[in-house]
Amino acid sequence: MVTREFPELWAALEQVPDPEIPVLSVVDLGVVRDIRHDGSRYVVDVSPTYTGCPALDMMSDSVRQALEQFTGERVHIEHVLSPPWTTDWMSADAREKLRAYGIAPPVGKTQDKRSLFGPKPDVPCPRCASEETELQSNFGSTACKSLYFCPKCSEPFEHFKCH
Amino acid sequence: MKLDICDPKIEYILQLADDSLILGHRLSEWCGHGPVIEQDIAISNVSLDLIGVARQFYQYAAELQGGGATEDDFPYWRMSREYRNHVLVELDNGHWGDTMMRQFLFDTYQYLLFQALTESKDERIAAIAAKAVKEVAYHAQYSAEWVIRLGDGTELSHDRIQGSLDLLYRYTKEFFTPSARDAWAQEQGIGPDVSALRETWLKEVNQVLSLATLTAPEDDPSVWRGKEGEHTESLDHLLSVMQSLPKTYPDAKW
Repeated sequence: MVTREFPELWAALEQVPDPEIPVLSVVDLGVVRDIRHDGSRYVVDVSPTYTGCPALDMMSDSVRQALEQFTGERVHIEHVLSPPWTTDWMSADAREKLRAYGIAPPVGKTQDKRSLFGPKPDVPCPRCASEETELQSNFGSTACKSLYFCPKCSEPFEHFKCH
Repeated sequence: MKLDICDPKIEYILQLADDSLILGHRLSEWCGHGPVIEQDIAISNVSLDLIGVARQFYQYAAELQGGGATEDDFPYWRMSREYRNHVLVELDNGHWGDTMMRQFLFDTYQYLLFQALTESKDERIAAIAAKAVKEVAYHAQYSAEWVIRLGDGTELSHDRIQGSLDLLYRYTKEFFTPSARDAWAQEQGIGPDVSALRETWLKEVNQVLSLATLTAPEDDPSVWRGKEGEHTESLDHLLSVMQSLPKTYPDAKW
Protein backbone atom coordinates (compact mmCIF):
# COMPACT_ATOMS: atom_id res chain seq x y z
CA MET A 1 0.00 0.00 0.00
CA VAL A 2 0.93 3.63 -0.28
CA THR A 3 3.48 4.79 2.28
CA ARG A 4 2.83 8.35 3.30
CA GLU A 5 6.36 9.23 4.26
CA PHE A 6 6.31 12.85 3.10
CA PRO A 7 2.85 14.16 4.03
CA GLU A 8 3.68 17.72 2.94
CA LEU A 9 4.61 16.51 -0.55
CA TRP A 10 1.44 14.43 -0.80
CA ALA A 11 -0.50 17.55 0.20
CA ALA A 12 1.26 19.53 -2.54
CA LEU A 13 0.23 16.91 -5.09
CA GLU A 14 -3.41 17.29 -4.03
CA GLN A 15 -3.19 20.57 -5.97
CA VAL A 16 -2.06 18.91 -9.22
CA PRO A 17 -5.12 18.22 -11.40
CA ASP A 18 -5.60 15.36 -13.81
CA PRO A 19 -5.16 17.06 -17.22
CA GLU A 20 -8.31 15.50 -18.68
CA ILE A 21 -10.57 15.45 -15.61
CA PRO A 22 -9.41 18.56 -13.73
CA VAL A 23 -11.89 18.02 -10.89
CA LEU A 24 -9.67 15.15 -9.70
CA SER A 25 -6.11 15.53 -8.46
CA VAL A 26 -3.45 13.01 -9.39
CA VAL A 27 -3.67 11.77 -5.78
CA ASP A 28 -7.49 11.32 -6.00
CA LEU A 29 -7.01 9.30 -9.15
CA GLY A 30 -4.60 6.97 -7.37
CA VAL A 31 -1.82 7.25 -9.96
CA VAL A 32 0.80 8.51 -7.48
CA ARG A 33 1.94 5.37 -5.71
CA ASP A 34 4.97 6.33 -3.65
CA ILE A 35 7.28 9.21 -2.78
CA ARG A 36 10.76 8.55 -1.42
CA HIS A 37 14.19 10.17 -1.22
CA ASP A 38 17.18 8.24 -2.53
CA GLY A 39 19.84 10.48 -0.98
CA SER A 40 20.24 12.82 -3.94
CA ARG A 41 16.69 13.40 -5.17
CA TYR A 42 13.03 12.63 -4.61
CA VAL A 43 11.65 9.67 -6.54
CA VAL A 44 7.94 9.48 -7.28
CA ASP A 45 6.25 6.31 -8.54
CA VAL A 46 3.50 7.05 -11.04
CA SER A 47 1.24 4.30 -12.34
CA PRO A 48 -0.41 4.79 -15.76
CA THR A 49 -4.19 4.41 -15.89
CA TYR A 50 -4.30 2.93 -19.39
CA THR A 51 -1.15 1.93 -21.26
CA GLY A 52 -1.99 4.25 -24.13
CA CYS A 53 -3.18 7.15 -21.99
CA PRO A 54 -1.81 10.25 -23.73
CA ALA A 55 -2.11 12.21 -20.47
CA LEU A 56 0.59 10.16 -18.73
CA ASP A 57 3.55 12.29 -19.86
CA MET A 58 1.74 15.51 -19.00
CA MET A 59 0.74 14.12 -15.61
CA SER A 60 4.33 13.12 -14.89
CA ASP A 61 5.64 16.54 -15.93
CA SER A 62 3.08 18.30 -13.72
CA VAL A 63 4.00 16.12 -10.73
CA ARG A 64 7.70 16.77 -11.23
CA GLN A 65 7.29 20.52 -11.67
CA ALA A 66 5.01 20.83 -8.64
CA LEU A 67 7.40 18.95 -6.37
CA GLU A 68 10.55 20.63 -7.69
CA GLN A 69 8.94 23.99 -7.04
CA PHE A 70 7.81 22.91 -3.57
CA THR A 71 11.06 21.29 -2.42
CA GLY A 72 13.68 23.11 -4.49
CA GLU A 73 15.26 19.71 -5.09
CA ARG A 74 15.49 17.43 -8.10
CA VAL A 75 12.57 15.07 -8.60
CA HIS A 76 12.63 11.90 -10.66
CA ILE A 77 9.46 10.16 -11.93
CA GLU A 78 9.38 6.37 -12.20
CA HIS A 79 6.59 4.69 -14.15
CA VAL A 80 5.48 1.54 -12.36
CA LEU A 81 3.22 -1.06 -13.97
CA SER A 82 2.86 -3.56 -11.18
CA PRO A 83 0.48 -3.85 -9.47
CA PRO A 84 -1.63 -2.49 -12.33
CA TRP A 85 -3.63 0.67 -11.60
CA THR A 86 -7.26 0.03 -10.79
CA THR A 87 -10.30 2.21 -10.17
CA ASP A 88 -10.55 0.41 -6.79
CA TRP A 89 -7.82 2.84 -5.64
CA MET A 90 -10.10 5.82 -6.11
CA SER A 91 -11.31 7.24 -2.80
CA ALA A 92 -14.98 7.73 -1.89
CA ASP A 93 -14.31 11.44 -1.85
CA ALA A 94 -12.91 11.29 -5.39
CA ARG A 95 -15.95 9.35 -6.56
CA GLU A 96 -18.26 12.01 -5.20
CA LYS A 97 -16.21 14.76 -6.88
CA LEU A 98 -16.58 12.93 -10.19
CA ARG A 99 -20.32 12.56 -9.79
CA ALA A 100 -20.77 16.23 -8.93
CA TYR A 101 -18.75 17.08 -12.04
CA GLY A 102 -21.20 15.09 -14.21
CA ILE A 103 -19.19 11.89 -14.69
CA ALA A 104 -20.67 8.72 -13.20
CA PRO A 105 -18.02 7.19 -10.90
CA PRO A 106 -16.88 3.58 -11.40
CA VAL A 107 -19.57 1.17 -10.24
CA GLY A 108 -18.50 -1.80 -8.14
CA LYS A 109 -15.12 -3.42 -7.88
CA THR A 110 -12.85 -4.34 -10.71
CA GLN A 111 -13.77 -7.72 -12.15
CA ASP A 112 -13.41 -9.87 -15.22
CA LYS A 113 -15.09 -7.65 -17.76
CA ARG A 114 -14.75 -10.28 -20.40
CA SER A 115 -18.05 -11.90 -19.55
CA LEU A 116 -19.98 -10.93 -22.66
CA PHE A 117 -23.42 -11.85 -21.52
CA GLY A 118 -23.16 -11.47 -17.77
CA PRO A 119 -25.29 -8.87 -16.01
CA LYS A 120 -24.13 -5.36 -16.77
CA PRO A 121 -23.84 -3.07 -13.74
CA ASP A 122 -26.46 -0.37 -13.31
CA VAL A 123 -24.75 2.94 -13.71
CA PRO A 124 -26.86 5.68 -12.09
CA CYS A 125 -27.19 8.96 -13.97
CA PRO A 126 -24.91 11.55 -12.29
CA ARG A 127 -27.63 14.21 -12.71
CA CYS A 128 -30.93 12.58 -11.74
CA ALA A 129 -29.67 9.32 -10.14
CA SER A 130 -32.00 7.25 -12.37
CA GLU A 131 -30.73 3.69 -12.71
CA GLU A 132 -32.57 3.17 -15.99
CA THR A 133 -29.58 4.20 -18.10
CA GLU A 134 -28.28 2.75 -21.35
CA LEU A 135 -24.72 1.93 -22.34
CA GLN A 136 -24.02 3.54 -25.72
CA SER A 137 -20.38 2.55 -26.08
CA ASN A 138 -17.66 1.19 -23.84
CA PHE A 139 -15.27 3.71 -25.37
CA GLY A 140 -15.72 7.41 -24.66
CA SER A 141 -13.82 10.66 -25.10
CA THR A 142 -10.86 9.28 -23.13
CA ALA A 143 -9.58 5.73 -22.64
CA CYS A 144 -10.92 5.59 -19.08
CA LYS A 145 -14.56 6.49 -19.82
CA SER A 146 -17.60 4.87 -21.44
CA LEU A 147 -20.59 6.61 -22.94
CA TYR A 148 -24.10 6.32 -21.44
CA PHE A 149 -27.50 7.82 -22.11
CA CYS A 150 -30.15 8.68 -19.51
CA PRO A 151 -33.68 8.42 -20.99
CA LYS A 152 -35.11 10.22 -17.97
CA CYS A 153 -32.97 13.35 -18.52
CA SER A 154 -32.70 12.73 -22.27
CA GLU A 155 -29.02 13.53 -21.84
CA PRO A 156 -25.85 11.59 -22.56
CA PHE A 157 -23.25 11.23 -19.81
CA GLU A 158 -19.88 9.61 -19.27
CA HIS A 159 -19.02 6.83 -16.87
CA PHE A 160 -15.55 6.32 -15.42
CA LYS A 161 -15.09 2.66 -16.35
CA CYS A 162 -14.39 0.05 -13.76
CA HIS A 163 -10.83 -1.00 -14.48
CA MET B 1 19.09 4.55 -35.42
CA LYS B 2 19.33 1.15 -37.09
CA LEU B 3 20.06 -1.46 -34.41
CA ASP B 4 21.81 -4.78 -34.55
CA ILE B 5 19.48 -7.09 -32.59
CA CYS B 6 20.86 -10.44 -31.50
CA ASP B 7 19.41 -11.14 -28.05
CA PRO B 8 16.66 -13.81 -28.13
CA LYS B 9 14.74 -12.09 -25.34
CA ILE B 10 14.65 -8.81 -27.27
CA GLU B 11 13.49 -10.70 -30.35
CA TYR B 12 10.68 -12.29 -28.37
CA ILE B 13 9.60 -8.94 -26.92
CA LEU B 14 9.57 -7.45 -30.42
CA GLN B 15 7.30 -10.25 -31.60
CA LEU B 16 4.86 -9.33 -28.80
CA ALA B 17 5.17 -5.62 -29.55
CA ASP B 18 4.83 -5.82 -33.33
CA ASP B 19 1.32 -7.33 -33.28
CA SER B 20 0.04 -4.46 -31.15
CA LEU B 21 1.84 -1.75 -33.10
CA ILE B 22 0.82 -2.95 -36.56
CA LEU B 23 -2.81 -3.58 -35.64
CA GLY B 24 -2.90 -0.29 -33.69
CA HIS B 25 -1.61 1.53 -36.76
CA ARG B 26 -4.14 -0.19 -39.03
CA LEU B 27 -7.00 0.78 -36.73
CA SER B 28 -5.79 4.38 -36.61
CA GLU B 29 -6.62 4.53 -40.35
CA TRP B 30 -10.30 4.45 -39.32
CA CYS B 31 -9.92 7.65 -37.32
CA GLY B 32 -12.23 10.18 -38.99
CA HIS B 33 -13.74 7.45 -41.20
CA GLY B 34 -15.80 5.40 -38.72
CA PRO B 35 -19.40 4.61 -39.68
CA VAL B 36 -20.75 6.85 -36.88
CA ILE B 37 -18.97 9.04 -34.38
CA GLU B 38 -19.30 6.62 -31.42
CA GLN B 39 -17.63 3.86 -33.43
CA ASP B 40 -14.98 6.23 -34.73
CA ILE B 41 -14.15 7.07 -31.11
CA ALA B 42 -14.25 3.43 -30.04
CA ILE B 43 -11.92 2.16 -32.76
CA SER B 44 -9.50 5.04 -32.11
CA ASN B 45 -9.51 4.13 -28.41
CA VAL B 46 -8.65 0.51 -29.22
CA SER B 47 -5.90 1.74 -31.53
CA LEU B 48 -4.48 3.92 -28.77
CA ASP B 49 -4.51 1.04 -26.27
CA LEU B 50 -2.66 -1.21 -28.71
CA ILE B 51 -0.01 1.38 -29.49
CA GLY B 52 0.35 2.00 -25.75
CA VAL B 53 1.06 -1.68 -25.11
CA ALA B 54 3.49 -1.78 -28.04
CA ARG B 55 5.35 1.19 -26.47
CA GLN B 56 5.68 -0.65 -23.16
CA PHE B 57 7.30 -3.59 -24.92
CA TYR B 58 9.55 -1.41 -27.12
CA GLN B 59 10.70 0.57 -24.06
CA TYR B 60 11.66 -2.67 -22.35
CA ALA B 61 13.45 -3.90 -25.49
CA ALA B 62 15.34 -0.60 -25.70
CA GLU B 63 16.51 -0.94 -22.07
CA LEU B 64 17.77 -4.47 -22.74
CA GLN B 65 19.42 -3.38 -25.96
CA GLY B 66 21.28 -0.52 -24.24
CA GLY B 67 23.78 1.65 -26.12
CA GLY B 68 21.39 4.60 -26.33
CA ALA B 69 18.63 2.63 -28.10
CA THR B 70 15.14 4.14 -27.75
CA GLU B 71 11.61 2.80 -28.17
CA ASP B 72 11.41 4.61 -31.55
CA ASP B 73 14.30 2.70 -33.10
CA PHE B 74 12.33 -0.55 -33.35
CA PRO B 75 9.22 0.67 -35.20
CA TYR B 76 10.99 3.20 -37.41
CA TRP B 77 14.23 1.51 -38.40
CA ARG B 78 13.31 -2.06 -39.21
CA MET B 79 12.25 -3.33 -42.63
CA SER B 80 9.21 -5.52 -43.19
CA ARG B 81 11.17 -8.78 -43.08
CA GLU B 82 12.43 -7.84 -39.60
CA TYR B 83 8.87 -7.41 -38.32
CA ARG B 84 7.55 -10.35 -36.29
CA ASN B 85 3.79 -9.71 -36.29
CA HIS B 86 1.19 -12.22 -37.45
CA VAL B 87 0.12 -11.68 -41.06
CA LEU B 88 -3.53 -11.27 -39.98
CA VAL B 89 -2.90 -7.93 -38.25
CA GLU B 90 -1.16 -6.30 -41.22
CA LEU B 91 -3.96 -6.93 -43.74
CA ASP B 92 -5.81 -3.95 -45.19
CA ASN B 93 -8.85 -2.86 -43.17
CA GLY B 94 -11.43 -3.72 -45.84
CA HIS B 95 -14.97 -2.78 -44.83
CA TRP B 96 -16.17 -2.35 -41.23
CA GLY B 97 -17.19 -6.02 -41.00
CA ASP B 98 -13.72 -7.14 -42.16
CA THR B 99 -12.10 -4.93 -39.52
CA MET B 100 -14.40 -6.20 -36.77
CA MET B 101 -13.93 -9.86 -37.73
CA ARG B 102 -10.14 -9.49 -37.80
CA GLN B 103 -10.34 -7.73 -34.45
CA PHE B 104 -12.51 -10.43 -32.93
CA LEU B 105 -10.26 -13.29 -34.09
CA PHE B 106 -7.18 -11.43 -32.83
CA ASP B 107 -8.61 -10.06 -29.55
CA THR B 108 -9.72 -13.53 -28.49
CA TYR B 109 -6.18 -14.79 -29.10
CA GLN B 110 -4.43 -11.79 -27.52
CA TYR B 111 -6.57 -12.06 -24.39
CA LEU B 112 -5.54 -15.72 -23.91
CA LEU B 113 -1.90 -14.92 -24.70
CA PHE B 114 -1.69 -12.02 -22.22
CA GLN B 115 -3.51 -14.01 -19.59
CA ALA B 116 -0.84 -16.72 -19.97
CA LEU B 117 1.95 -14.11 -19.98
CA THR B 118 0.90 -12.84 -16.55
CA GLU B 119 2.62 -16.06 -15.36
CA SER B 120 5.85 -15.23 -17.23
CA LYS B 121 9.08 -15.72 -15.30
CA ASP B 122 10.12 -12.34 -16.66
CA GLU B 123 8.55 -9.90 -14.20
CA ARG B 124 8.44 -6.99 -16.60
CA ILE B 125 6.64 -9.01 -19.31
CA ALA B 126 4.24 -10.32 -16.66
CA ALA B 127 3.54 -6.77 -15.45
CA ILE B 128 2.88 -5.43 -18.95
CA ALA B 129 0.57 -8.38 -19.67
CA ALA B 130 -1.34 -7.93 -16.39
CA LYS B 131 -1.88 -4.28 -17.24
CA ALA B 132 -2.84 -4.91 -20.88
CA VAL B 133 -5.13 -7.88 -20.34
CA LYS B 134 -7.67 -5.62 -18.62
CA GLU B 135 -7.77 -3.41 -21.71
CA VAL B 136 -7.92 -6.33 -24.15
CA ALA B 137 -10.97 -7.62 -22.25
CA TYR B 138 -12.84 -4.49 -23.38
CA HIS B 139 -11.59 -4.90 -26.96
CA ALA B 140 -12.69 -8.54 -27.08
CA GLN B 141 -16.14 -7.71 -25.80
CA TYR B 142 -16.51 -4.88 -28.30
CA SER B 143 -15.47 -6.88 -31.37
CA ALA B 144 -17.54 -9.93 -30.34
CA GLU B 145 -20.63 -7.72 -30.02
CA TRP B 146 -20.07 -6.39 -33.54
CA VAL B 147 -19.62 -9.89 -34.98
CA ILE B 148 -22.94 -10.92 -33.42
CA ARG B 149 -24.70 -7.71 -34.47
CA LEU B 150 -23.62 -8.05 -38.11
CA GLY B 151 -23.85 -11.84 -38.35
CA ASP B 152 -27.29 -12.03 -36.79
CA GLY B 153 -28.38 -8.78 -38.43
CA THR B 154 -29.82 -8.34 -41.92
CA GLU B 155 -29.33 -10.73 -44.81
CA LEU B 156 -26.84 -8.31 -46.34
CA SER B 157 -24.80 -7.79 -43.15
CA HIS B 158 -24.81 -11.56 -42.53
CA ASP B 159 -23.52 -12.34 -46.03
CA ARG B 160 -20.86 -9.68 -45.89
CA ILE B 161 -19.42 -10.67 -42.51
CA GLN B 162 -19.58 -14.36 -43.44
CA GLY B 163 -17.38 -13.27 -46.35
CA SER B 164 -15.02 -11.59 -43.87
CA LEU B 165 -14.79 -14.80 -41.86
CA ASP B 166 -14.17 -16.89 -45.01
CA LEU B 167 -11.39 -14.49 -45.99
CA LEU B 168 -9.67 -14.08 -42.60
CA TYR B 169 -10.04 -17.42 -40.84
CA ARG B 170 -7.12 -18.99 -42.72
CA TYR B 171 -4.71 -16.55 -41.08
CA THR B 172 -5.53 -17.64 -37.54
CA LYS B 173 -3.58 -20.90 -37.59
CA GLU B 174 -0.41 -18.84 -37.34
CA PHE B 175 -1.36 -17.81 -33.78
CA PHE B 176 -0.92 -21.38 -32.59
CA THR B 177 2.16 -22.30 -34.64
CA PRO B 178 5.18 -21.56 -32.43
CA SER B 179 7.89 -19.43 -34.00
CA ALA B 180 11.57 -19.92 -33.12
CA ARG B 181 11.10 -17.12 -30.53
CA ASP B 182 7.97 -18.72 -29.07
CA ALA B 183 9.88 -21.98 -28.65
CA TRP B 184 12.79 -20.18 -26.97
CA ALA B 185 10.46 -18.27 -24.63
CA GLN B 186 8.60 -21.39 -23.66
CA GLU B 187 11.88 -23.16 -22.87
CA GLN B 188 12.85 -20.25 -20.60
CA GLY B 189 9.48 -20.12 -18.87
CA ILE B 190 9.01 -16.61 -20.24
CA GLY B 191 6.21 -17.36 -22.69
CA PRO B 192 3.48 -20.00 -23.01
CA ASP B 193 3.14 -22.90 -25.42
CA VAL B 194 1.01 -21.06 -27.98
CA SER B 195 -0.28 -24.29 -29.52
CA ALA B 196 -1.99 -25.04 -26.19
CA LEU B 197 -4.07 -21.85 -26.46
CA ARG B 198 -5.90 -23.15 -29.52
CA GLU B 199 -8.47 -25.28 -27.75
CA THR B 200 -9.81 -22.46 -25.59
CA TRP B 201 -9.64 -20.05 -28.50
CA LEU B 202 -11.74 -22.37 -30.69
CA LYS B 203 -14.29 -22.83 -27.94
CA GLU B 204 -14.71 -19.11 -27.36
CA VAL B 205 -14.67 -18.17 -31.04
CA ASN B 206 -17.20 -20.86 -31.93
CA GLN B 207 -19.53 -19.74 -29.15
CA VAL B 208 -19.67 -16.23 -30.60
CA LEU B 209 -19.85 -17.43 -34.21
CA SER B 210 -22.82 -19.62 -33.36
CA LEU B 211 -24.64 -16.68 -31.75
CA ALA B 212 -23.78 -14.69 -34.86
CA THR B 213 -25.20 -17.52 -37.08
CA LEU B 214 -21.85 -17.70 -38.87
CA THR B 215 -19.90 -20.79 -39.92
CA ALA B 216 -16.13 -21.07 -39.80
CA PRO B 217 -14.65 -22.37 -43.07
CA GLU B 218 -12.70 -25.62 -43.30
CA ASP B 219 -9.12 -25.52 -42.10
CA ASP B 220 -6.70 -24.31 -44.75
CA PRO B 221 -3.58 -26.49 -44.84
CA SER B 222 -1.17 -23.60 -45.37
CA VAL B 223 0.30 -21.65 -42.46
CA TRP B 224 1.36 -18.03 -42.75
CA ARG B 225 4.79 -17.13 -41.39
CA GLY B 226 4.69 -13.48 -40.41
CA LYS B 227 6.43 -14.27 -37.12
CA GLU B 228 9.37 -15.52 -39.20
CA GLY B 229 9.43 -12.27 -41.17
CA GLU B 230 7.49 -13.47 -44.22
CA HIS B 231 4.92 -10.76 -44.83
CA THR B 232 2.49 -9.60 -47.48
CA GLU B 233 2.91 -6.39 -49.44
CA SER B 234 0.28 -4.84 -47.15
CA LEU B 235 2.94 -4.49 -44.46
CA ASP B 236 5.29 -2.66 -46.83
CA HIS B 237 2.55 -0.16 -47.65
CA LEU B 238 1.80 0.34 -43.96
CA LEU B 239 5.47 0.83 -43.07
CA SER B 240 6.04 3.27 -45.91
CA VAL B 241 3.39 5.52 -44.33
CA MET B 242 4.35 4.90 -40.69
CA GLN B 243 8.09 5.39 -41.26
CA SER B 244 7.90 8.24 -43.76
CA LEU B 245 8.72 11.03 -41.32
CA PRO B 246 11.86 9.60 -39.66
CA LYS B 247 13.09 8.31 -43.03
CA THR B 248 12.63 11.70 -44.68
CA TYR B 249 14.08 13.64 -41.73
CA PRO B 250 16.27 11.16 -39.83
CA ASP B 251 17.28 13.73 -37.22
CA ALA B 252 13.78 15.04 -36.57
CA LYS B 253 12.95 15.61 -32.91
CA TRP B 254 9.50 16.20 -31.44
